[in-house]
Amino acid sequence: MSRQQRSAQPGRRPGARAGVRRSAPGLEPQPVPAAGPQAPAPALTIDALGKKCPIPIIMLADRIGEVRIGQTVEVLADDPAAKTDLPAWCALKSHEFVGAAALPAGWSFLVRRSY
Amino acid sequence: MAYFDAASAEPLHPSGREALLAALADGWADPARLHREGRRAQLLLEQAREAVAAEIGCRPDELSFTTSGTQSVHLGVLGAVQARQSATRGPGHLVASAVEHSSVLNAADWLARRTGTEVTLTGVDHTGRADVAEFAAAVQRERTLLACLQSANHEVGTLQPVAEVATACQEAGVPLLVDVAASAGRLPVPDGWSLLAASARKWGGPAGVGLLAVRKGTRWREPFPSDDRENRRVPGFPNVPAVLAAAASLSATSRERPSADTALRALVSRVRSEIPRTVPDSVVYGDPDARLPHIVTFSCLYVDGEALVTELDRAGFSVSSGSACVADTRQPSHVLAAMGALTHGNVRVSLPRDVRPASVSEFLEALPPIVAKVRETVRAANAAAP
Repeated sequence: MSRQQRSAQPGRRPGARAGVRRSAPGLEPQPVPAAGPQAPAPALTIDALGKKCPIPIIMLADRIGEVRIGQTVEVLADDPAAKTDLPAWCALKSHEFVGAAALPAGWSFLVRRSY
Repeated sequence: MAYFDAASAEPLHPSGREALLAALADGWADPARLHREGRRAQLLLEQAREAVAAEIGCRPDELSFTTSGTQSVHLGVLGAVQARQSATRGPGHLVASAVEHSSVLNAADWLARRTGTEVTLTGVDHTGRADVAEFAAAVQRERTLLACLQSANHEVGTLQPVAEVATACQEAGVPLLVDVAASAGRLPVPDGWSLLAASARKWGGPAGVGLLAVRKGTRWREPFPSDDRENRRVPGFPNVPAVLAAAASLSATSRERPSADTALRALVSRVRSEIPRTVPDSVVYGDPDARLPHIVTFSCLYVDGEALVTELDRAGFSVSSGSACVADTRQPSHVLAAMGALTHGNVRVSLPRDVRPASVSEFLEALPPIVAKVRETVRAANAAAP
């Protein structure tokens, strides 16, 4: 998947309405610079597709310890609540939320282990 | 048993009940008729209007009774925007904070779809407080027809900067609709509004009564077929007994406010400080000080909101939740999402006026083991899943 689609802030409001424009910085997906060839692939991919929140978060919390500090974990999820809850979990647990990218169904979230 | 969902519906105030029963006997007739029974209903309706207008700080002829807070918002938003739209100057622009009640967002969405009105939803900080600078910048945009801001947030209780936003709107010449549904009867109505919406069941009035006030000089045009009821703003025969009950409840609630406010505020402070200590991986949301007296919202990690609400109900505690699995829409709360807050495992506790302090203590005792139990169940169910 192209890292260019990844945004640091996924749409904060799932189910966004047609014709409704958001001016708030941070409410619109912000493009992040494309990862160069030196950007490593995620050290671990967790497939939480089809799982309702909080299961994707539980799976991430259980397994983030399997990667080394500074490495990233990719979480695949399609529950709309994941778009809010993945970044919120990262903020609460002081891990780095790298970004989100849309998949044909659901999203790919990238989280970097900070400690 | 403890009812902790006053932010959805406060139980009917005893003064409201008394007024309702009296008005069912005296105020049942059509207030538009000239006969004796009609005149009596009309007199009662106008007495209620004067009492409510005095409480919210407006002239009686500025105030109309609607059938709900949602209808008040819909009529207020559509009527104010459509009065200022024109074929030559285009469908215009509407501004609202991202954490408004769904009735505001739905009305904005309706305008966007039907008339092409551009809608800007402005951001909030982590407590849910609207960003004044961003809101002020948005209303300065050309052809801004209306701005909407709530007095306080209905999910997390944070007070909104209505005074600052009202000043910005005034400077930009933009009318401001203030939705006071969450705070009416609990806090004084803020100044600076052009249109005002509220709902009686949130202050201990009966369901089925809302308020719509339109300040003199604010342009407003009926967005739906109208008749001569309620200053041509709300069509149909008004529910006079329910309106009288709403007025009586509001007067009583306002009189009792100083003591009730102090008691509820202290109980909510206790909930706010205890939950993070007793429930691991929990977080309390909203402004700790600039908030409504009776609402507190928190989220517990690794818990599903529906299971939590169900277990609390089983234990005798009635609460609501902004988690997707509990919401009517199956979408997580747009308020929590705009704040960047955790939407799963969410609980809103909103204390009714007559809450027993002991029931809050019982809740604080019951919560940690219930969260632990739901966490175990969620994990076990996931482990068993294919």
